[in-house]
Amino acid sequence: MKTKNLFKIFLTLLFVFATSISWAKTVKWSMQGDSLTLDPHAQNEGPTTMVSRQVYEALVTRGLDMSIGPQLAHKWKAVDPTTWYFYLREDVKFSNGQDMTSEDVVFSLLRAQQPTSDFKEYISTIISVKAIDKYTIQIKTREPNPILLNQLSNIFVMSKQWATDNFVIAPQNWDAGQETFSATNAMGTGPFKITLREPNTKTVFKKNNKWWGNVEHNITEIQLLPIKNAATRVAALLSGEIDIVTDAPVQDLDRIKSSAGHKVESTPQMRTIFLGMDQAADQLRTGNTGDNPFKKKEVRQALYQAIDIEAIKKKVMRGLSEPAGIITFPGVTGYTKALDKRLPYDVGAAKKLLADAGYPDGFEVELRCPNDRYVNDEAICTAVVGMLGKIGVNVSLFAQTKSKHFKELKDNQGDFYMLGWGVPTLDSHYVFHYLYETDASWNKVNFSDSEVDAAIRVMEGEVDLDKRNAAIANAWKIVRDNIAYLPLHHQVISWASKTNVNVPIRPNNEPLFRFSSVD
Amino acid sequence: MDNQKLTLLNRIKDSDIYFSFIKSPTAIVSTFILIIIFFCSFFVEFVTPYNPFDPSSLSLMDAFTPPSWTEDGLAKFILGTDGQGRDMLATILYGSRISLIVGFSAVIFALVLGVTLGLTAGYFGGKYEMIVMRFTDVQLTVPSILMALLVDGIARGIISREMHDEMAIYVLIFAIGISEWPQFARVSRAATLVEKNKDYVSASAIIGVSNILIMFKHILPNIMRPVLVIGTIGLALAIIAEATLSFLGVGVPPTTPSLGTLIRLGNDFLFSGEWWITFFPAIFLVILAFSINLLGDWMRDTLNPKLN
Repeated sequence: MKTKNLFKIFLTLLFVFATSISWAKTVKWSMQGDSLTLDPHAQNEGPTTMVSRQVYEALVTRGLDMSIGPQLAHKWKAVDPTTWYFYLREDVKFSNGQDMTSEDVVFSLLRAQQPTSDFKEYISTIISVKAIDKYTIQIKTREPNPILLNQLSNIFVMSKQWATDNFVIAPQNWDAGQETFSATNAMGTGPFKITLREPNTKTVFKKNNKWWGNVEHNITEIQLLPIKNAATRVAALLSGEIDIVTDAPVQDLDRIKSSAGHKVESTPQMRTIFLGMDQAADQLRTGNTGDNPFKKKEVRQALYQAIDIEAIKKKVMRGLSEPAGIITFPGVTGYTKALDKRLPYDVGAAKKLLADAGYPDGFEVELRCPNDRYVNDEAICTAVVGMLGKIGVNVSLFAQTKSKHFKELKDNQGDFYMLGWGVPTLDSHYVFHYLYETDASWNKVNFSDSEVDAAIRVMEGEVDLDKRNAAIANAWKIVRDNIAYLPLHHQVISWASKTNVNVPIRPNNEPLFRFSSVD
Repeated sequence: MDNQKLTLLNRIKDSDIYFSFIKSPTAIVSTFILIIIFFCSFFVEFVTPYNPFDPSSLSLMDAFTPPSWTEDGLAKFILGTDGQGRDMLATILYGSRISLIVGFSAVIFALVLGVTLGLTAGYFGGKYEMIVMRFTDVQLTVPSILMALLVDGIARGIISREMHDEMAIYVLIFAIGISEWPQFARVSRAATLVEKNKDYVSASAIIGVSNILIMFKHILPNIMRPVLVIGTIGLALAIIAEATLSFLGVGVPPTTPSLGTLIRLGNDFLFSGEWWITFFPAIFLVILAFSINLLGDWMRDTLNPKLN
């Protein structure tokens, strides 16, 4: 009897041992916010794309070094300046086993051009997409487009059949709060597939065994567990509950580095943080003067010069930021050091500008901020509130979660707001097309300048690089002199992980788990 | 005039309460601490030169200054500064004023509501009593913090966002008050049941004094002792409830932080070594709640001799 009991205990121990040390390699990934939607064309937002990128693939893609390489298309050629042919891989299957063909690619590109798509600006120059045969497609652009490949690298391909079956032929209308099947389910050709989706709580990715690519990773499962509170996120990392944090709080980097089992990597991020001011409204929604002070350039400049960006860098960002003069960063076509120079911080000059503009006593306005999107976003806004208070501009701060912040911005509810902008195409055109063009979808300051609009057309159609670069430089000069936005800084991101988890850091803050490993 | 004061003073001096007070060191110490805290909180404008609620007076470059006795500390910031350059001492005092206002108002709200319902329930009895007391039973099964969260959530749904920041403090008072009233109702009902059968009540009833007069003029003063004991302990609970709600982010807005909000904001810096941002508000809250509780214990011992 006794031996039998011992045997049972032994079996139990064996079972516990065997299940805990299984061969599964799970990576638990955390950041402060979640993907807004799984629909690959509904929201053009960092973490949303980060999640989609693990599941969906595009015709071409950026590798670890950020250079463009083949993905679903193995080769392409332009037969004339406006006609492109893309030859698709023939061994690609969706994670449900279905073959991927040119039908799906054509469908996806057309879907991304629908009015409810947030990616339509990427490919607005494409006038026709045609399937030539099962694995060849033809794309025609309105004008010669020098950055077509950059743009296509962000248009994910989904299954036409799957979309039809689940009534998601058009992208989810995110701005209107629509709920669709594609918003909570994903089915792509990528190296992982999503098996569980609980928004803002947990998303589980499993390895896609039908993936066509050469498997370089050894991960069987990824769990995305967003944790909003910075201290809680770090505690979870240090206690081993989380394996990697892709937005480690700047104030905790030293603490994480001092832990033997953890490492920290930092890199300048391709993202600029700035403040927008509505320059078109006749009256501020949250103002007290009955007019719109932001219409006057002097006022915008006064706000600009009242912001002590070095103090923000030193105290809020702990040195991990690069003060910015324009909303783009080194590495993007059109960026120059001279453009990126800021107007000097000068409270006296700012006060004088404000007085000259007719607001010697300042005015009131509300500043809208996300509190779970950018590095220390709410703390930056709080600091800005104090700095603007010194020149008499009485700012009230309204910080809220990013999904509401973005939705209300798109709904034109903001007088004064914070936003960050990355440039996935690494070309200035992207910034102008989204932020500066008249009536562009994220141009919530309602900036409008015919010369800039004309320059954007040149950027889209000019293949002569010198002429194109001149147009970009001229456009930057105009918007910079106009102070259409108040640039703050280029973000530096830090990833913190356990030492045995290797996820290569990338300047666009997008992890590629297909190049990752767990030792 | 002078004479009256003297007799009042003498009356106090002769009372058992005063006697027991000077015999209890804990009561003296906690009263002393509370007087200091109340004074500093309510006259904070005269105690400290800083106004942490005025963002334009802050300098970001002062942020994260450690307490003055440490190596990098500055003499002008005795307890250091937080992440926005606010003086910790001033912020704590301004914050404790909000905490105290919320705590007191909530207890008074709960006391008025609870005693009125408990007194009338005990006096009238019958179905009315049953309904009121079952209400308290049901509510006591719901944890008070959950109740407060529920009220706050509903209020957020009803009140527009623009109004919410201004209304936040009233919502908080209502939320905490509504979660504490059953205690008062139960105690005052129990005491009323004892009192209402006494001869003085019967005598009043026989000579035709109205029910309302009997309840509030004759019975109420006689049930105030246990209610005051509960009220004091309830104050500590209300202050802690306020801190909890603010810590959870549903209390007062961060631009006018209370103690709980301060602890929450400081929590972000615990790992990075800036311990003072969360430590001092937390220890202040502990001292405040502990002092009130000690005073409450002493009051219970003194005012409720049956418990001894």
